[in-house]
Amino acid sequence: MTPVLLAVLLTVAQDTSTIDRGVRIGIIYRPGVRPGLVMLPRTGMGLDSVRTIVARDLDYSDRFEVITLPGGDSIRLATPSAAPRGTGTRRSGSGTTATGGAQSGTLNYPLYQALGADFALDITAAGDTTVATLHDIAAAGIRRTARVKLPPLGNPDFRQAVHRLADQALQAALGTPGFAATRVLFVKDGKVYQIDQDGVDQKLVSSTDRQAMSPAWGADGRHFAYMEFQAGKGWLYLQEMATGKRTAVSTTGSALDFTPAFSPDGQTLAFSRATEEGTDLYTINVKTNCCLRRLTVGRFSDNLSPTFSPDGQRMAFVSTRPGLPQIYVMAADGTDQQLFAPFDYGVTGSSNAPEWSPDGQSVAFHRDVAGTLQVFVLDVRTRTVRQLTSVGRNEDPTWAPDSRHLAFVSDRSGYRQLWIIDLDTGRIRPLLQQSGARLPAWSPRLSEAPSTNP
Amino acid sequence: MKSVSLLLMLGVSVATVATSCGGNPAPQNTTPAVDTAAENQRVRDSINAANAEAERQAAAERERIENQRRADSLAALARAGDEVRSSLAAMIHFDLDKSNIRGDDMGALDQKVAILQANPDLRIRIGGHCDERGSDEYNLALGNRRAQAAKQYLVSHGIDASRIETQSWGEERPAVDGHDESAWSQNRRDEFEVISGGDNLRRP
Repeated sequence: MTPVLLAVLLTVAQDTSTIDRGVRIGIIYRPGVRPGLVMLPRTGMGLDSVRTIVARDLDYSDRFEVITLPGGDSIRLATPSAAPRGTGTRRSGSGTTATGGAQSGTLNYPLYQALGADFALDITAAGDTTVATLHDIAAAGIRRTARVKLPPLGNPDFRQAVHRLADQALQAALGTPGFAATRVLFVKDGKVYQIDQDGVDQKLVSSTDRQAMSPAWGADGRHFAYMEFQAGKGWLYLQEMATGKRTAVSTTGSALDFTPAFSPDGQTLAFSRATEEGTDLYTINVKTNCCLRRLTVGRFSDNLSPTFSPDGQRMAFVSTRPGLPQIYVMAADGTDQQLFAPFDYGVTGSSNAPEWSPDGQSVAFHRDVAGTLQVFVLDVRTRTVRQLTSVGRNEDPTWAPDSRHLAFVSDRSGYRQLWIIDLDTGRIRPLLQQSGARLPAWSPRLSEAPSTNP
Repeated sequence: MKSVSLLLMLGVSVATVATSCGGNPAPQNTTPAVDTAAENQRVRDSINAANAEAERQAAAERERIENQRRADSLAALARAGDEVRSSLAAMIHFDLDKSNIRGDDMGALDQKVAILQANPDLRIRIGGHCDERGSDEYNLALGNRRAQAAKQYLVSHGIDASRIETQSWGEERPAVDGHDESAWSQNRRDEFEVISGGDNLRRP
């Protein structure tokens, strides 16, 4: 057993994690150490792709030490007599699974505990139903069982359904929602694309040949807005994710409109409009196509790149009123405009591209540091900023729904591509290994498409 | 139109000169002393015929020269149009993150003022551009400032604002590929294009 154990422990080392796992046998939830999770291997039962996707999602959540077992079954020999202890933690509503005949909710819990696992996830098939069983190792029992009918492999909804399964497992284990079932919109070669947060399933979503910029999600994740160059102007369009149907915003087409941003209730679209007077912020109600309102009067300065606070009460934006662009904030009706991210006059470089975090506590943006751009995070309550990146040029950060991960553009690998950083651990992974991707926008949690799953 | 008619008049007068000193000898008025009616008639006829022939040849020559002149003047006009067009399209450039007109670009803008004044039907669009170093979206605002700066210069020198449209491309349409100061300085620019009235551009 010992050599196997060592091998397992060696393979779980995270690539860029700064956390030292140390010895973890018998102890769980130590401060600063993430719980271990093991994905139970199953041979000859299909669902390999489901297990692969879920395991990667849980790894990318950066909330577990995902322990990969070697393929053989020898390590997971159950002790049939080991009755589940600690039944009080058993919160499953669906009851335990009795499929496969091999185990019925019992594992060799002491063995997995010795491996450093706090949770074990078992994904099996029962007819056309996929059953995900989350074991609580310390409690030696089943924490929760989820049963879903996944769309067939290759169906366009398949991967998102599997991502939702991963989110269910994370929720069951930790009590916090995940972000596996999300996508990122981005611009490449003047077109808008979407990609799953795990870097798979890239799809073109902009529907014309005209040059597009600045995609922005609606809060329900079912539509998005973007800007398109057309006849010397900048047009704003709204597009439904599911159908691809697009409509021009009613007041657009007379000027250069850009950087659209939805209010959290989806009623209001804020945007920048460049005219002879410069660039200023406007809002329009996109449900009623009514009430174009001008929020800033810049005259000799530009105001652009709005982003709503999650309660819809405030808006952060970029203003050049101090000379160089810096991050400002105002009430959503345009009153009470003030500096948001502090800077040293004459020292601090340009600051741009703010995005308010979904939990309301932070605003991410990028700032010119010694001639290149770096990602910063502003703490909304204390109004202090901290620099997040320092390698290469890093820009246009966008928040994951967990307010803990950011996608951004970086040339740290030699060319500009999309990366994801976990603010808690500092772990960084590439989202997309393609040059030229930029202006990412991370979706909210994507709910089930109405067509799948009752 | 002034220069066209002037050139045409020049062509006509040259043609006239060509006729008066053309290769055909002028008809002689001295008649031989043979005084018969028939002989007189024959001489008159031959003189008339010679005159008619000379007249015909002169007319043909006039037409040929006039055609040549017209072709030459059209070519000259076209050449002038090309010159005007290229000085109209001459780009101006900006310093990093700046939108003020540089001193070395004022001459180029003054030329555009003169061209716009000489061609009252001409309407143009100014496109502001940025290099890749700034923020993608901020560069749309900066490009707009650059286009507006050139427009304000032209308007302050007497050009009607309604004849000038502006547009910003941010950093989306670089003139030069490359990631060094040489490329960047060429990409921080205003471009000038004709919207309408640019078919027969007159020199200022």
